[in-house]
Parts: sequence; structure tokens; C-alpha cells
Amino acid sequence: MSVEAREARQPWILLTPALTAVTLLLFVPLLFIVVYSFWLSSATGADIPAFSMQNWQEALTDAFYRDILLNTLKIAAITTIVCALMGYPAAYFIARSKGNKALLLLLLILPFWISYIIRTMSWINILGTSGALNTLLVGAGILSEPVQMLYNETTVILGLVHFLLPFMVLNVFVSLEGIDTNLEDAATSLGATRWQAFLQVTLPLSLPGLAAGSLLCFVLGAGTYITPMVLGGPRDAMFANLVYEAIITQLNWPLGSALSLMLLIVLGALVLIYNRYLGMAQLMKGLG
Amino acid sequence: MSSVHLRNIVKRFGTFTAVHKTSLEIPEGAFVTLLGPSGCGKTTNLRMIAGLLDPTEGAIEIGGRDVTNIPIHKRNLGLVFQNYALFPHKTVADNVAFGLKYRDVPKDEIPGRVRQALELVQLPQMAGRYPRELSGGQQQRIALARAIVIEPDVLLLDEPLSALDANLREDMRVELKRIQDQIGVTTVFVTHDQSEALAMSDRIVVMSNGRVEQVGAPQEVYNTPASEFVAQFLGASNIMEARCTSRANGTAVMESPVFGTLPVPAGKAPNVGAEGPAKLVIRAEKLTLKPRGAEANGAVTVDARVETVDYQGQAVRYFVRAGEVQLQAINMIDEAPFPEGAEVTLHLRPQDCAALPGGRA
Repeated sequence: MSVEAREARQPWILLTPALTAVTLLLFVPLLFIVVYSFWLSSATGADIPAFSMQNWQEALTDAFYRDILLNTLKIAAITTIVCALMGYPAAYFIARSKGNKALLLLLLILPFWISYIIRTMSWINILGTSGALNTLLVGAGILSEPVQMLYNETTVILGLVHFLLPFMVLNVFVSLEGIDTNLEDAATSLGATRWQAFLQVTLPLSLPGLAAGSLLCFVLGAGTYITPMVLGGPRDAMFANLVYEAIITQLNWPLGSALSLMLLIVLGALVLIYNRYLGMAQLMKGLG
Repeated sequence: MSSVHLRNIVKRFGTFTAVHKTSLEIPEGAFVTLLGPSGCGKTTNLRMIAGLLDPTEGAIEIGGRDVTNIPIHKRNLGLVFQNYALFPHKTVADNVAFGLKYRDVPKDEIPGRVRQALELVQLPQMAGRYPRELSGGQQQRIALARAIVIEPDVLLLDEPLSALDANLREDMRVELKRIQDQIGVTTVFVTHDQSEALAMSDRIVVMSNGRVEQVGAPQEVYNTPASEFVAQFLGASNIMEARCTSRANGTAVMESPVFGTLPVPAGKAPNVGAEGPAKLVIRAEKLTLKPRGAEANGAVTVDARVETVDYQGQAVRYFVRAGEVQLQAINMIDEAPFPEGAEVTLHLRPQDCAALPGGRA
């Protein structure tokens, strides 16, 4: 074998374990789901192999699914905006702090060591009728009796922000870290105030990180079913809850497959649009 | 264009004192260099003049106005950084125009002012490019254009040549000096490179450990170092124990265990007392190696032996041993240098020596 051929093979040898895992654990199951989405379900729960458009027709034409999809995208968008507004200043503060940067970053990722479900459920202890906030307000005499603060759209967004904020902060932090602090000094020496220097120099240069963080928050937020299940009311179901409902509760795998593929296509399209304009490289930086 | 005056400036970071009580007068239109090794406080001083750092004590005046409590964006200074610090998302023209937007410059005058500044740094054709498309030297010229287009009262240069290649650095040195002469702006230049300082400055401020060691014209600082640190930091020097035996008629007579009696001009031994211990400073290039028996021509001579030869092309650096002391000498060479082990005679003209106070009794 020539040297060139050997060198050309080397990357593939290194990639083989990962490619095998991705193929067996991701692409093959995904293919099953595509196949399932054309099958038919029966009243007994046994799926009937077929090539039918029935599930797709139901998923695409039923206004119920469309409304929940739009609501899901809306909740994800609000969550993303809140994360951006809260995350940017925090990331800026960490990036510009001198000595304790490592400690602040550790504190930022500390919540990841606790299960996301437990973190979500912790809000019940805070906002529930016998939770900390109600106890405090009743004890202080501000409320005469406990108020139900949970199980609405606001608490769903609250839970999602709690879950997703670190992703936003990390992405913005990485892009701010890459900006030379001399640039702001140069801008102020030329007559710009600190705020003008930020708007003219730092903010535009950090937009790729903000965009990467936003994409991540939006996609993860739009795909969640645990937060609305734990913190939402009956009318706060998000799209992934429908998939869960179809597959786990109704045992209707064909319909669940069609619905999950629909969400995958919508979010996939968003990622492609992002990639077209900003590129995936920035996202990789933020994740690494 | 304005003078800069530092009055009893002190800068402390926590318990660490970066700049000890310093006073400095930088006259209008002068090119003054703060020279010293890293950590000597030169950049701290520059950043305090710029307003990027607040002095712990003391006051800073620019053009007779106390600016100690005036923020950087109101000081009207041109600042040039070692890493250029051009705005990567703006074109060259937008970079240069940046400062004009914050001044009362009519909008239709801005393109003309930008073109003028780019012509001054000889890069008018680069206006539409982005910084990443330019070489390091070009980027530094643009950074300079951006700093001077606002007609600053003072131009502050923080090691602006250190990131450039050796050849380019010397070209830029000449270029920078030409531009400074042309616009006549008061300039404070920070560097650790003695040759930059000697070539460009009207005055050099040598700093060490947060203190000013000496202030003077380049020749003055080079030929009459005020301290052992200055003697060693600028060029290569031999410093050795000696004794001053008398001081009269413009001559300080030094007794050196190696060279014997040396009548040093009193002006080159300004702080040495009439009698007592002193230190003799001999520049390496003032110590000439000649074959044994060569004519003295009024020089003091000492026999020595070549220990190490460091050939540098047009010059050679020798380490020689004269009795118990090792000395270094840098000589221009005509033909072949002396080989290692050669028996030579060192020639030294007493008027080329300088003396510092101190040393063992």
C-alpha cells in the first residue's frame, strides 16, 4: 500500500468506533421510526405493517397538532430571548473577571451534576402551595392563604430558562473570551464611552456566540417534554408531549413516529438556516 | 499637542507597588521613551497617562490641565498597542474614522481626513480592506493612522514595534519617527528594546522595579549611566571596583586594580566623591583588543588572554581574562578575529570610562 493510501485510510480507522455507534444507535433507530410512520395502528395495540399516509395526513392537517407546534415554537422563542437577556451580562461578567474565572465557570456548570428532572422538580418545593415562597409570604402576612403559582406557561418558561441558561452563558462566554480587551480600550481612547465601545465593538464581535447559544437554547427548549410535564398545566403541553402521549400512553407508535419526525424536520430546518448564515464552527466552540 | 506632567505618581495593586513615587515632565512636542525590562512599571505609567488605570496617589497633568479624574474618552489621546487592536469587523477606513465620529467633525469632512491619515502612513489604497487582509506592519500603520487622525494632544505608543519581524521593525522605526516629526505631536513611547529607545527618542526615561533610574538624552544615558542598572541595561558594560583618589581641574582620577591610574573626565563621574570607593564603568565597545606590543597612543594598556570568541559578522564579542577579572569587549573587525587563547593587549582611553559612586571601601 502506498504512503498516500495509508494516510488516507488513517482518519477512517480512527472514526470507525464512533461511526459504528452512531449508525447502530442513531441512524438505524431513526430509520425504524421512518418506517413506523407509514404503518397503521390497530385498536388492540398491535401495529399493522403497511405503506399508508394516514399518520402523516393526521399530523399535518389536524389543527390541534399545528397549534401545539406553534405554541411550542413560541415558548422556545421566549425562553431563548430570556436566556439571551439574562445570560449575556453574566457571560460578560465572567469573561471580564480577573482572578476567579475558573471558580465562576465551575459554579456555572455545577447544576449539570444534578439530574435535569430533579432540578425541574425542585421548583415544586419553591413555588408549590406548601413551597418555600408561599410559606414565606403567608408567614409574613402578605398572603392570607397559599396561592397556586405552578402549572402554567410562565412556570414552564421558568423551568426551561433554569435548564438552558448555562448553555447560553457558556456560548457567549467563549466568544467574549476571544475578543481582545485592547479593542475596548482603543475605542474609549478614541472618544467612545464604555457603553458606546461595547455597542460598537464588543457586542458585534460576540454575536456569533450569542447566535450559537440561541440556537442551542431554542432547539433544546422546543424538544423538551419533561419541563411541561412537571411544571405545566393540562393546557401547556408542548409538541414532544404529544409524541410521548402517542407512544407511551396510547401505544400508537405509527402516529408518534410521524409526529416526532415532524418536529425533527422543523428543528432541522432551523439548524440548516443557522448553518447557512453563521456556520456550525461557532456552535462547536461553545459546546467544547 | 501638549506637555505631560506626572506629579508624585504612585500605583499599587493590592500590596504590590508597580510604580513608586515618580515625577516626570514630558515637554510639548518631545519624543520620550520609557525604557526598561518587563515589570519595571513603564506600561503602568503609560496606562495611567492614558486613563486606563487610576494612580493610587499623585496627579497627572496634560497641557497644564489636571486629568487625574477625567475618563479616558475625554482625554483626547492617541493610543497604539503592541497587537495593533484594530477593529476586525470594520474596514480600514471605518477603523480610522472611528474616533472622528465622537468629535465635532462634519460628516462630509470625515472621508478627506481619513484619506489624509492613510496617506501619511502611506497606505491610501487599503481603505476598503479588512484588518485581517493586511500584514502586521500594515496593520500597525493603520493603527497609527487611527490614533493620529483625531489630532491627539499626546500620542501613546505601547511597544508598537515588538510584534513585528526584525527587518520590518527597523523600517517602521524610521517611519514612525518621520511621522512624529511631521505632525510634531508629544509622544510617549514604551519599549524594552534599547536600540529603539536610543534611535528614536529625544529623551529616555530608564525604569527599573517601578522607579526611574535615569532621565536624559540618548547619548547622555548611554555614555554617562547614572546607575549600575542603566550601565548594564543599555549596551554591554564592564563594571568593576575602583577608588577615586582625587578630583580636580575637571578630572576624577580613578585607581583600578586592573587598569591602574585612569584620569576620567569629571562630567562622566558626576556623583563620585573626591576620595573613596567607586565603580568604574567601561563600555564593551570601548575596550579594544590589539596584538601584543601595539602602540598605546595615549591609551591605558593591560595584557590579557582571549577566552571566548562570539563572532557576529561585522563585529565580534570577546570574553578576555586580565589577571583575575573577566571582561567583555565588542570590537569591529577588519579581517579575522583573534582566536581563542590568543595573547593580546587591551587598550582603553581613560576619557571613554565613566564612574559611579559606591563599591567596597
